[in-house]
Amino acid sequence: MSVLVDKNTKLLVQGLTGKTGEFHARASLDYGTQVVAGVVPGKGGSMALDGRVPVFDTVEEAVAKTGANASVIFVPPPFAADAIMEAVDAEVPLVVAITEGIPVIDMITVKRYLEGRSSRLIGPNCPGVITPNQCRIGIMPGYIHQPGKVAVVSRSGTLTYEAVHQLTSLGLGQTTAIGIGGDPVNGTNFVDVLELYNDDPDCLGIVMIGEIGGAAEEAGAAFIKDHVRKPVVGFIAGISAPPGKRMGHAGAIISGGMGTAEAKLDALRAAGVRIAETPSDIGKTMAAMLG
Amino acid sequence: MKIHEYQGKELLRAAGVPVPLSRVAFSAEEVRHAANDLIKQTSNEVVVVKSQIHAGGRGKGRFKEHPELGGVKVVKGADAAKAIAEQMFGSTLVTIQTGPEGKKVQRLLVEQGMSIVKELYIAATLDRDTGRITFMVSSEGGMDIEEVAHSHPEKIIREAIDPGFGMRPFQARKLAYGLGLQGKVARQMESFLLKLYTAYIDLDCSMLEINPLVVTAEEQVLALDAKVNFDDNALYRHPTLEGLRDKDEEDPAELEAKNWDLSYVALDGTIGCMVNGAGLAMATMDIIKFFGAEPANFLDVGGGATEERVTAAFKIICKDPQLQGILVNIFGGIMKCDTIAAGVIAATREVGLKVPLVVRLEGTNVELGKKMLNESGLAIVAADSLRDAAQKIVEMVKR
Repeated sequence: MSVLVDKNTKLLVQGLTGKTGEFHARASLDYGTQVVAGVVPGKGGSMALDGRVPVFDTVEEAVAKTGANASVIFVPPPFAADAIMEAVDAEVPLVVAITEGIPVIDMITVKRYLEGRSSRLIGPNCPGVITPNQCRIGIMPGYIHQPGKVAVVSRSGTLTYEAVHQLTSLGLGQTTAIGIGGDPVNGTNFVDVLELYNDDPDCLGIVMIGEIGGAAEEAGAAFIKDHVRKPVVGFIAGISAPPGKRMGHAGAIISGGMGTAEAKLDALRAAGVRIAETPSDIGKTMAAMLG
Repeated sequence: MKIHEYQGKELLRAAGVPVPLSRVAFSAEEVRHAANDLIKQTSNEVVVVKSQIHAGGRGKGRFKEHPELGGVKVVKGADAAKAIAEQMFGSTLVTIQTGPEGKKVQRLLVEQGMSIVKELYIAATLDRDTGRITFMVSSEGGMDIEEVAHSHPEKIIREAIDPGFGMRPFQARKLAYGLGLQGKVARQMESFLLKLYTAYIDLDCSMLEINPLVVTAEEQVLALDAKVNFDDNALYRHPTLEGLRDKDEEDPAELEAKNWDLSYVALDGTIGCMVNGAGLAMATMDIIKFFGAEPANFLDVGGGATEERVTAAFKIICKDPQLQGILVNIFGGIMKCDTIAAGVIAATREVGLKVPLVVRLEGTNVELGKKMLNESGLAIVAADSLRDAAQKIVEMVKR
């Protein structure tokens, strides 16, 4: 089993004809993902990706004509919040926003818009969601993944690849890997994903990768403590980062002693999570726990 | 992005938020003029001369050159203002937020003196747990608010704003009366808060802090200080704000990086890092520290970096006088390994390689990237994993 996406997922791509959107939609198609539609306002009626994917003007039309049940967003930052809301309005069950650099106030509006609606938003500023050999949504290099038994959830894109690569090299593979994104306001947090992984019988272990700033890791730790009996390996990036400095991700900033790496590591340890000593030890630590 | 107090006050004034009468000055003579005008306007001899630097704690801070002088000085008369300004200009102010090196004062704000009966604390920022702009107010104005939050959390009143409706007047009233204000002053505070919220949204702020907000003997509510930070992701919507950037307040390498759309933060160590992704960049810094050395910087080349940007990034790293080694760690997703390799090769050819360089590549087009580095003829040490890379560069630097 897997969570959120599998071989039955029908993906639509918002911003399909942009450079990044096209490159990664093609990679998803080549990976075996059912890419059923593109949405590019003004280009409705045309075909994209060598005539393999029809393009529509609106998400509503794309969903009606193709039965798409997931959307990935490659729309540039000024228009990304609107694109997310369009997908949510069309009741697409899963919306994955890859776009980096969406203004915070726009995301505050999006989060409010999501309240009481049926869609789940992953991201923004995230690598996406993948169930190996079934469905790739996002920008991750597909070839490092392998079907297996460990689930990964992470706030950082490239650190997710690091963990996935190690799990594959050790033959553990992945059930599903989800990047929840590094922005301060996002759609889905650690707790939501941990809950999904906890309920997936094929998932035998969970890798959770956080970073400094915010309190999402602490909330995740509390959930693990109360509900998760599977082995969990944790890693927190930013232990060497000086306070008050913004480290790329809007999320990765510590202020006033809040959201420090130490506080997060303490919370995870107290929840029974095994901490990987370095980012290179994530796979090894999981292998040791699984025995 | 941060701006000076006087710039923040100008923006707030334009948004209808009441601020004291004041004027910025760039020389002692300008200070005297500004003070003269203020004294005439207010019929009050008292003026305040305030150092303008991007750091808090100015009042309690001290000048290196004048250990008895604080960064904010209340004086009587224009000549006294000028005399103080002569001491402040060009001197280095050290506060709890500047670090021991301090910051050189090159701008002063001259402000009307006031008789203050109450100092309050007002701030608005994002509460990440709720995803909403949240006001925090306290009757303990002028104090270190983090200290208040720690020792007397009950003295901070919070109010979260629903973005679908904006700040409602009743919310502003809850805060005003919660602060113990009454009558005319409470009504002014209500209007003050509503305007402050509008300014926050209209300017795409990431933080608005008024500490202190004062109630004067004349029952006026005024922002005595203004800390205004902007959401960098939204600056494209506000082209005029870019003009408020004070380049003297920013690290030149960080500014150069910004021109190339690179995320760079200068640090104190000796090993330069070039990484893609903020999380992996921090993890790379962490592992360098784990093996006993210190990172010289944080640098995220981002997802869509071109060869030119990688070259620029490499050059920025090489400018650091403390640099003793470089670690390039790339896990290509959007970023392709061959692009990184091409950029590293171009940069080393251009600036020369004076310190050891360890490169670890993985991900999209990794084989091509490795081949390019091998065939470049440059003294680049390849690594198989992040652990291997970190160990190698730390060893080489320590040798």
